[in-house]
Amino acid sequence: MAKQLIKGNEAVIKGAALAGCVAYFGYPITPASEIAEAAAKYFPLIGRTFIQAESEIAAMNMVYGAASAGVRCMTASSGPGISLKQEAVSYCAGAQLPCVIVDIMRGGPGLGNIGPEQADYNQVVKGGGHGNYKVIVLAPNSAQEMCDLTMKAFDLADKYRSPVYVLTDGVIGQMMEQVEFPTREIIDPPRYDWGVHGDQVTRHNLITSIFLSHSELEEHNLKLQEKYRTIEANELMTDEYQTEDAEILLMGYGIVSRVLRSTVDYAREAGIRAGLLRPVTVWPFPVKRIQEFCAQVKKILVVEMSNGQMVQDVRLAVEGRVPVEFYGRMGGVVPSAEEILDVLKKL
Amino acid sequence: MYEKILEKPRSFYDNYPRKDGDITVTHYCPGCGHGIAHKMIAEALSDLNLAERTILISPVGCSVFAYYYFDVGNIQAAHGRAPAVATGVKRANPDSIVISYQGDGDLAAIGGDEIMQAANRGEQITVFFINNAIYGMTGGQMAPTTLVEQKTTTSPYGRNPHNEGFPIRVCELLSSLEAPVYIERVSLHNSAARAKARKAIRKALQVQADRKGFSLVEILSGCPTGWKVKQPSDSLDWIEKYMLPYFPVGVFKDNTEKAEPFRYIENVPPKSELPKLIDIPMEDKVVQASMADLPGPYRNPRIKIAGFGGQGVLSLGVAIAQLGLMQGYDVSWLPSYGPEMRGGTAHCHVMVSEHIIGSPLVTASTVCVAMNKPSLEKFEKELVPGGLLITNTSMIDIEPTRKDVEWLPIPATEMASELGNIRFGNMVVLGAYLQKTGLVPLKVAFDGLHIFLKAKRFIPDNEKAIQVGADYVSKKLAGK
Repeated sequence: MAKQLIKGNEAVIKGAALAGCVAYFGYPITPASEIAEAAAKYFPLIGRTFIQAESEIAAMNMVYGAASAGVRCMTASSGPGISLKQEAVSYCAGAQLPCVIVDIMRGGPGLGNIGPEQADYNQVVKGGGHGNYKVIVLAPNSAQEMCDLTMKAFDLADKYRSPVYVLTDGVIGQMMEQVEFPTREIIDPPRYDWGVHGDQVTRHNLITSIFLSHSELEEHNLKLQEKYRTIEANELMTDEYQTEDAEILLMGYGIVSRVLRSTVDYAREAGIRAGLLRPVTVWPFPVKRIQEFCAQVKKILVVEMSNGQMVQDVRLAVEGRVPVEFYGRMGGVVPSAEEILDVLKKL
Repeated sequence: MYEKILEKPRSFYDNYPRKDGDITVTHYCPGCGHGIAHKMIAEALSDLNLAERTILISPVGCSVFAYYYFDVGNIQAAHGRAPAVATGVKRANPDSIVISYQGDGDLAAIGGDEIMQAANRGEQITVFFINNAIYGMTGGQMAPTTLVEQKTTTSPYGRNPHNEGFPIRVCELLSSLEAPVYIERVSLHNSAARAKARKAIRKALQVQADRKGFSLVEILSGCPTGWKVKQPSDSLDWIEKYMLPYFPVGVFKDNTEKAEPFRYIENVPPKSELPKLIDIPMEDKVVQASMADLPGPYRNPRIKIAGFGGQGVLSLGVAIAQLGLMQGYDVSWLPSYGPEMRGGTAHCHVMVSEHIIGSPLVTASTVCVAMNKPSLEKFEKELVPGGLLITNTSMIDIEPTRKDVEWLPIPATEMASELGNIRFGNMVVLGAYLQKTGLVPLKVAFDGLHIFLKAKRFIPDNEKAIQVGADYVSKKLAGK
């Protein structure tokens, strides 16, 4: 395996190709467009489908269609586009269709700007569309993880027949870093028998999210909740740095977790015992791990490029055991490690 | 002695357990056109021997439960999105027969874009469009095809064109597109019309079976309940009296003879070829170098590079990151992305480190490359004391205000111009930077050109530019 200097956005598509994704449906939007461009460039060369859809809505419904066939497929976008996709994401969750959605977050609300932000947390992690559903959300913080977690997302999507998000920000999407692609793991595109293939085997299959009877729909919802509990029990991923003796716990995901890693180094140089807990899955959320830290640390500082969205989940986990502070920047501003160190010193 | 010449189509289920009670009848109202249209489609699928390969997309509307009737692969779609869903499932199953069955609100209102774009792509799908000029399932609201002056629950005084516009003629609209192969409007109001409808449905499916492209049949269909006619059979007169004058039946587009069959995917290369086809290198030239011998300020550089768009600012950053990678260091490159890339000023953050890079954002830079005056003014203040400031004096007529940094002025644009192209200015700077700091040997830079330079024909020129930049620094260091 060789190292390649590559943008996070492009690494997504190479990872998807290795993972057996056979179709990409998307719509251009900064700062996610390189994902569509890479799919447009490579997918036709390897016998896979790329369609630039007429809208984010159509793109996500094409995903619904291809996923109904029991194959691996994906889309990608950024905040405003994700808002538009939510309808079909809800349908995918309801019909239990696996698919991968990449969200390279930008500044909002409204048109906002194209700078990096993390303000889609609520609309992605909390379901976003209508109905009682959850989605698995992976939060890469490097180009390497853009590849690795995209591949992982396909596995999880298939395992639980659920939409899986890869959620990150404009910085991680746009940044170039070295990536080693796992070329030994090239997967033959699967085709599951629960899908409709247009053949005799799958002729009686039905992909739907309608359950007209109230009790049947409740039963369906209960089944979904059971699935979500299984996911919570099995699929949590976290990453920790210098937490063994930490007195102050820093939390952040995406680019913020990279900045926080530097902050931890600076803090330690300044004699502050800081550590970093990074949720790699933001759903499922590391509730138990945070609760364990409550017995160890004096304070928790959550840093986000938002008005404070993930911090709400941290506070729910902490339940008042230790003070939870928040520091946020918005509008495309990425906090610097020095700036966060100042915040840390004043706690 | 006996031969069965008429049977229930094999593409219909035997029972329809949609509702309690009699499971041999559909859930549709007496006189509704859906049942007739369903039967014609089911018969066509059976007769053309397509049922086994068929995938039917049920819409939102009265026919939302079409999957209770058709013994085929079934998908239920969101309101209006069936053509997009059909696109997805067809591309995933290119050998299947995909039917998008839609009503007028679904197809012509909320799904107006999806149908137009699927038609325009020439998707190999067949659309059956039931036009009954009303929203049936939701209780008789105005549809995009509701006729002028027609009363509905949301046009209680009759459709007013000044408020709601005119009914949309879908066949006429779509037939103006280049791609669709076959578009026809038919009616179910009498047996002669139904015979034509039956034929049109078969033809539309045959177009798809022949892989020729997009086909659509609009079916004028009765909604006795929504129209509030006295008895179901009155709806047939209603179609004739009110719908036919505005929605003329007939063929609007027919390219079935000329259209060439096509396949979406011609061939799938073997798995072993995949890395090569998607530009994944299978071997690299990474060595594990060390910065131990470099002067302290030059180690683990945090570099900010800025200039006009077109000066190769971003690609200079990529070059340094690529060379750092080839030396076994951790590297990161972060551009100022967006409109700035398309003209105006641009800058990038580059880090090359012996350690794992945390934040890739360069705030306290150890190296600042200013290719023009605004960049110098903006970024020199970020330099740490003792940092290295490289300025392109061809474009900067002022001196830096910082006196606590090491200043390397170089007329990069002029030097590049002498080489024949001012675009090589960034490589002149690269050569100067490498020579000055020793971060990466020049030889590695020449190798690296083969990776980071997209236009391979310019490799010799860029090599020269790197050399010229390096020589400039050597001479300067030698005091010449």
